[in-house]
Amino acid sequence: MTHRRWFTPWLLVAPAALWLCVFNIWPSINTVVLAFTNAKPLGGGRFTGLENFTRALDDDQLADALLNSVVFMLVCLPLLVMLPLLLAILVEKKLPGIMFFRTAFYTPVVASAVVVALIWGWVLDDRGLINGFAQWLGVVAEPVPFLTDRWLLLFSAISLTIWKGLGYYMIIYLSALGNVRRELHEAAAVDGAGPVRRFWSVTVPGVRNTMLLVSVLVAVSALRVFSELYVLSNGTGGPGGRDMSVVMLIQLYSRGFTGHLGYASALSIVLLVITIGPMLLLLRLDRKAA
Amino acid sequence: MAAHAKAGRPSGFNRIGAGEKALRYALLLLVLALTVSPFLWQLSTSLKSLDEDIYSRTPSFLPEHPTLANYAEVARTIPVWSYAVNSLVVAVIVVAGNAVGATVAGYALAKLRFRGAKLLLGLFLATLVLPGEVTIVSQYVTVRGLGLADTLLGVALPGAIGMLNVLLMRTAFQAIPPEMDEAAVIDGATVWQRLLHIGLPNVRGMLSVITIFAFIGAWDDFLWPLIVLTDPANYTLTVGLQYLNGTFIANPRLIAAGTMISFVPIVIVFAALQRFFFRGVEEGAIKG
Repeated sequence: MTHRRWFTPWLLVAPAALWLCVFNIWPSINTVVLAFTNAKPLGGGRFTGLENFTRALDDDQLADALLNSVVFMLVCLPLLVMLPLLLAILVEKKLPGIMFFRTAFYTPVVASAVVVALIWGWVLDDRGLINGFAQWLGVVAEPVPFLTDRWLLLFSAISLTIWKGLGYYMIIYLSALGNVRRELHEAAAVDGAGPVRRFWSVTVPGVRNTMLLVSVLVAVSALRVFSELYVLSNGTGGPGGRDMSVVMLIQLYSRGFTGHLGYASALSIVLLVITIGPMLLLLRLDRKAA
Repeated sequence: MAAHAKAGRPSGFNRIGAGEKALRYALLLLVLALTVSPFLWQLSTSLKSLDEDIYSRTPSFLPEHPTLANYAEVARTIPVWSYAVNSLVVAVIVVAGNAVGATVAGYALAKLRFRGAKLLLGLFLATLVLPGEVTIVSQYVTVRGLGLADTLLGVALPGAIGMLNVLLMRTAFQAIPPEMDEAAVIDGATVWQRLLHIGLPNVRGMLSVITIFAFIGAWDDFLWPLIVLTDPANYTLTVGLQYLNGTFIANPRLIAAGTMISFVPIVIVFAALQRFFFRGVEEGAIKG
């Protein structure tokens, strides 16, 4: 399109380009630079070669964090790929009041992870709703240590991540379901296929690309988990700090007297390495969809 | 996904039997209960008075003597209202920055030809591969270098123009037929006039989606303000609530009141704007 002055487009993109440089490109470069130094929140910054990375190889907390991420991902993947699809099918039909249900199911998504974790922290507390009810029923004699056991805490964080994520992926599936050809459903129904059969042979193939997209999004967000674990463990990372995530370690080393910006940057690169595969896949999918 | 052609929809297939309808509503209500009850439980806890035993094994779902005392008490414990104002300040800066910055940049990338546009677009796209947490440490170093450590501006600034939002606005502007612009050019309209009178009215759906998400994202954010802010006086609501949780674990009523102060505004914003949101979703704004 024509425009009179050559600099007009640049004027319009200037703020975004500035943000791109200052808050995206420069920090990316600086992360790599810092990772090879001993920079501290207060001073420091000498080149130390691979020291931060050899330290990371020996870091038991990082090993725990990576194990937690893998568990997180393996539990979240099947559940957050399938449950939101079923939910989307449930809210797809335009029944009276369906907008209310769609909005309500999306509410946990718009709530802050901190709010959600504080709510579930109270529900899962030793003296909270679930333990009280379970003891009243006589199912358990002692409260179940949902928030103080290394694995139960992790699974509690996983559960609330799934609870919070259902609505988000439901909406993504909902827009994909609109594109599944209706005649296919009709033809299958005429041929005598029941709802279950039609789900597997019409709906699932029809939203296959979206399922792949959702898988990638779920995998990456499982690797990036922070707030849920931080708030449920009250910032401690659980018993013995064994319920840390990689991002929690980055936060831990980014501030305060124990801070080590160089090591935190090295951990950031570890995070990049484990997320880059799924992220590149996502970008390819996006190109294909566009 | 978009490759499938939209099919004609014969009306006969849409009719569903009474049995299926009942089953669908039963399932909808079940999911509704699972989704909403934790929020209602927290609301109820926040309204329960000190005399009521909240640790009972058979607690009552409704408060016996509903009281707002916990809201007053939480405000005495932490400056919760000024935390709310801090969150609002951050959210307003982020919304304004994105509404203006992402819109004008998206317009230029979609509708104007200039040297370097392709490269710029590639760089915007490349940032999407990078999870924000990867650069958060050096982001903090940058903000500190700008003298903005421990300030609300420091919290708001990096997200004030989101790269994804620029790309989403570009996509929205691209959907406007070029003929409309061509006619305006012949009439002698400037770039600015075209953006304002032809561009903007046609991207309202996308603009509302990115502003709603900018607001929610800024209001809900936790990790970044936790890193930037040191002085408890400057905390945003999410950081302040975690601080409360760490300090006064003894009384769940106060934490419940605090979470409601954070949660209710965002629900009101979302409920008020959900029409635009779901319309924007149909236009394909949310694909990740």
